[in-house]
Amino acid sequence: MSDVRIITGNEAAALAVKLAEPGVIAAYPITPQTKLAEVLSEYVESGELEAEYIRVESEHSSLTVCISASTVGARVFTATSANGLLYMHEQLHWAAGSRLPVVMCCVNRGVGAPWSIFNDHQDSFSQRDTGWIQLYCRDNQDILDTIIQAYRIAEEVYIPVMVCYDGFILSHTMMPVEIPDAGMVKKFLPPYKPHTTLSPDDPKTINSVFFATRRENSEGILCDGYMDMRHKLQTAFEKSGKVIKNASREWAAMTGRDHGGLIWEYMTEDAELILTGMGSIATEATLAADALRDEGIRAGVVGIRAYRPFPKEEVVQAFKKATAIAVFEKCISYGYEGGVCSDLKAAFYGTDIKTPIHDYIVGLGGRDVKTGEIVDAARTTLESIRAGKTGNKTIWLNCYTG
Amino acid sequence: MPAACHFCGITKQQIKRCKGPWAICHMALFLGEIMAMHEIIWHGRGGQGVVLAAQILAEAAYIQGFPGVTSAPTFGPERRGAPLTASTRISNESIRTFSQIGSADIAVILDETLFETATSEGRIKESGLVIVNSTLTPQQIRPVGNFTVATVDATGIAREYHLSMNGSPVVNTSLLGALSMASGLISLENIEKGLKKKMPQDKASLNFQAIQTAFKRTLYVGSNPKFRTQEKS
Repeated sequence: MSDVRIITGNEAAALAVKLAEPGVIAAYPITPQTKLAEVLSEYVESGELEAEYIRVESEHSSLTVCISASTVGARVFTATSANGLLYMHEQLHWAAGSRLPVVMCCVNRGVGAPWSIFNDHQDSFSQRDTGWIQLYCRDNQDILDTIIQAYRIAEEVYIPVMVCYDGFILSHTMMPVEIPDAGMVKKFLPPYKPHTTLSPDDPKTINSVFFATRRENSEGILCDGYMDMRHKLQTAFEKSGKVIKNASREWAAMTGRDHGGLIWEYMTEDAELILTGMGSIATEATLAADALRDEGIRAGVVGIRAYRPFPKEEVVQAFKKATAIAVFEKCISYGYEGGVCSDLKAAFYGTDIKTPIHDYIVGLGGRDVKTGEIVDAARTTLESIRAGKTGNKTIWLNCYTG
Repeated sequence: MPAACHFCGITKQQIKRCKGPWAICHMALFLGEIMAMHEIIWHGRGGQGVVLAAQILAEAAYIQGFPGVTSAPTFGPERRGAPLTASTRISNESIRTFSQIGSADIAVILDETLFETATSEGRIKESGLVIVNSTLTPQQIRPVGNFTVATVDATGIAREYHLSMNGSPVVNTSLLGALSMASGLISLENIEKGLKKKMPQDKASLNFQAIQTAFKRTLYVGSNPKFRTQEKS
């Protein structure tokens, strides 16, 4: 019989990490940290999880511990949110540049100032270009399954993975989650094989100063320069989409649970109006699509699961028949527009998709977004496009200030 | 399977347009075949076990066979003594909404002084159900809105069973008994099972005695008595 528990997103994440059996967990235990780190410490304390649990004085240090432990061959985990993630910024680049398969949860919260502990995506969005894979979860089951998949992906392409899920909205809400069997997870997730191992028996220097050009080392072997290393990371990213899809497909074959590889679709087959977003807002949008269909509007939803690598080909396929697109996103690139909207437009450039896009900035700092509000916004988008207004627009939903 | 609901004559195809008593009357007819969501909001003060009650109800509902359940605390920093809410959603399909509950089908009020806030404009659906911890009868409470009121003296029951924490009576579990009685949504048997998932055996059995007593003592009055689908034991 399957083991279903009614748990929060944080508890689902902790269970997933336990099943992935990391050797080292590092965490800064104070706000904006969530209960996830606390539950993991209990697993280690009780002996349910055999791991070194290292409490540190800052998020910068927690990722540094993960980088070091991963370098010497341990599977690692850490978690943070909001300003804690920003404090890791330098080390995020370092983990990616070192090609270490660190897996981290970002429990998405708004960034200060002013202080907020509530949900939006500005924290992980602002770390978009650090060289991490970013996956966004739509519910608590997705959180559990994605973390397990994240280790498989990270260790295959040697790129760190950030598993992002909505603070409070998922992290503190309990819902039924099916817990996979430990043996099955072991079968899915082979042991971590580091690309380089530091050991006193085989001393090496890694990540020393790289010069602009390629150079011979002391043994006369021509080595990559800095730019070549960066190109290798980009190439690995280009291949990672396929690895993410494979991991998702294999997991679905084993468990029957398919959260989509890079994107997931809901009733898009004949959709004239497509709603899109990342995380729980995309789940909420599926209810809006149901309601719009009750009104006779053929609506569907595309959930963006992988934000980096951005699923260029998949979105072109998914959106090609839509006559109106409404993006609902919880982040903004100040002075321009929301990130998903920009990336969609870039993906559509040079294709036959000329569909106008309305970009709704929603839910910043936890502002509530109800299904009915998504319905109204999406309907307005469709009506305005039908009326011949073909311009793109950015609209702040439920925002009343002057 | 009858063609239409006994109570309001609605057919299965029309179910979403039901203006009746929050669709519960159709549950017995179309269980498992319709999408019916029940939104329950719990009002209390920090330290009263509001969040735990919302969780126990979600556990019990899942055991009863509702595949979609969620429970969530108010999204905010909680303080002992401050008014707060928690919510439970119960549905025949997986829950896809995580926004805060606007108008609830059922409001459960652990602290009577919160009655006015909890039942203010728009917080309860028309012909919804309000369950209050009070020594008053529903008639004495006299609701302004068009909803059913149920009362139970959960504080008195907590004293009878010596249920207390940090010197305050524990009223959250008794209100689960009142909810079972007044709504007929979740059986006592399943509430007991849900309770056991959230607390140790000895504590659960003492709390369940209080729940059974609360079930028996719950009084209700309203324009529509069909909330009560279970017979009084």
